[in-house]
Amino acid sequence: MSEVRFHGRGGQGVVTTSKILANAFARTGQFGASFPMFGFERRGAPVTAFGRFSDKPVREKTQIYYPDVLVVLDPSQQNSDAVFQGLLPDGMMLLNSSEKEVDVSHENLKKLGVVDANKIALEEIGLPIPNTVIAGAFAKLTGLLDIEPVANALEDYFEGSKLEGNIVCAKRGFEEVALYEF
Amino acid sequence: MNTKAKERSQIKVITGNAAAAIGAKLARPDVVAAYPITPQTEVIEQISSFHASGEMDCELITVEGENSAMNAVMAASLAGGRVFTASSSWGLVFMYDAILATAGARAPVVMVNVNRETPGIIAVSSGQQDMISTRDSGWIFLIAENCQEVLDLVLQAYRLAEDYDIQVPVMVHYDGFYLSYLSEVVDVPFQEDVDQFLSVLKDQPQRTTLKPGKKLGCGSHGILGGYLELRHKHVTAMERSKAKFDQIDKEYEEIFGRSYGGQIEKYKMDDADVVLVGSGSMCGTIKSVIDEKREQGIKIGLLKMRMYRPFPSEKMIAALKGKKAIGVVDRSLNFGFKGGPIYTELKSFESKLEGAKLVSFIDGIANTDITKENVGKMIDMTGDLANGKDVQEVTWVSYPEAQGGI
Repeated sequence: MSEVRFHGRGGQGVVTTSKILANAFARTGQFGASFPMFGFERRGAPVTAFGRFSDKPVREKTQIYYPDVLVVLDPSQQNSDAVFQGLLPDGMMLLNSSEKEVDVSHENLKKLGVVDANKIALEEIGLPIPNTVIAGAFAKLTGLLDIEPVANALEDYFEGSKLEGNIVCAKRGFEEVALYEF
Repeated sequence: MNTKAKERSQIKVITGNAAAAIGAKLARPDVVAAYPITPQTEVIEQISSFHASGEMDCELITVEGENSAMNAVMAASLAGGRVFTASSSWGLVFMYDAILATAGARAPVVMVNVNRETPGIIAVSSGQQDMISTRDSGWIFLIAENCQEVLDLVLQAYRLAEDYDIQVPVMVHYDGFYLSYLSEVVDVPFQEDVDQFLSVLKDQPQRTTLKPGKKLGCGSHGILGGYLELRHKHVTAMERSKAKFDQIDKEYEEIFGRSYGGQIEKYKMDDADVVLVGSGSMCGTIKSVIDEKREQGIKIGLLKMRMYRPFPSEKMIAALKGKKAIGVVDRSLNFGFKGGPIYTELKSFESKLEGAKLVSFIDGIANTDITKENVGKMIDMTGDLANGKDVQEVTWVSYPEAQGGI
């Protein structure tokens, strides 16, 4: 089972990213379960979500303290202690950032993916909502699933031109994420 | 849970709230009345969406508050309709007088309550305190562990509430945040199969309903003997609902391929010396920790309460008697008692448990996470009790300041 923790802010689509990935895993015959943790729903407030992806049904209903993968949609949190807390050895991180050279380090970080998801989303759907780009980039970084199930999962969350735009977002995220190994 | 692959269904990844709304839609209610509240809001959003698109052919009353929601569905139910509503926490207690009236009138209302801490200390967070605050209302209470069980229990709730021999309102509880917003794989049944499952209700005698122009009472007044007669009938109907719920679980399996065991679900109980008793979403976490502890040779099992009112005492006693030690995990408080509510209630049957010792764990209040570490600690402490060590009666697991006990 892979345990993934998502960090972002209300309005960035953190919750939807985690739902899309759970949906994509289900489409491969595997199991996914994800949930966010916040108080009142509001834009701009920090949001954390938790995703568990496995070939067996997921039973745990607790938050994730020892993640295998970190997904950071809000670049301002990239070096926060709270983000890195509990990252397991050989850990991975996916970061939404416009910086050419990102300053991220942690003793357990083995693989880093960086993608300018806001820019891609602005170009494709006209809104700086990074979630579907991130979902596509997640597939590439982790290798846990292919891009097709991620793109197919989007039909449960978008329709019409928004669906088409977000499929392009996910595919560009998959293609354009820059990978670094440590 | 036993599952068989079901060809006539659709796999979806949805939240517990969506599962509740889809369950309600599949039951084809005549009237839905509700008011939104975190973490239940998505249930109402989904039902409004089904209503707007024409997928759901019901009267949808968007009331100005929860008290009106319950009064509206009670009245519609007494007029013979199938009804649904949903609430949580402050909303649930704002409809409290109507909840009592609905039970007294024996109106077969079905609702979901998305568990959240109650007024007193403002906490937008999970906890079963709202369930405890309404437990003595005369409703039947069912509790779900995961999103699939939310959907399944909503459908089973209609069979129970509207059964001619029962006619008691049913509330399906599921943990706010941990289940309301959890997206996971749910097997959504086909409408034809749900229609078949619920068709039994059409073949029974017609219950008494209000009819325009007819001088007929529902929810009668009663004093002295009349009151006693109504209350006694209500209590005996609730007792009957236990076996009825077990039977509905079996019939559900025949059509949908899923069975949970009725009033209680037993997980690795047969050879267990030590047992945790739990309810709701915590049970998934407890099962995964049990598997790890069993690899270390510890004989531990779980008794999951699926029915909380009526209290499934006979099934629990039969499953727990002769065990060495039992740890009861409560996600709520029982003001006036040291131990949690379920612990206190089970404790009243201690003399029938053939020497099994009981301890109380309080955890998961106000979103404090029932972690795998916490579950491990509860298992270890209950194991210590089984081995004759001195263990304090009540432990607030996530509150170290109270580790010395109350």
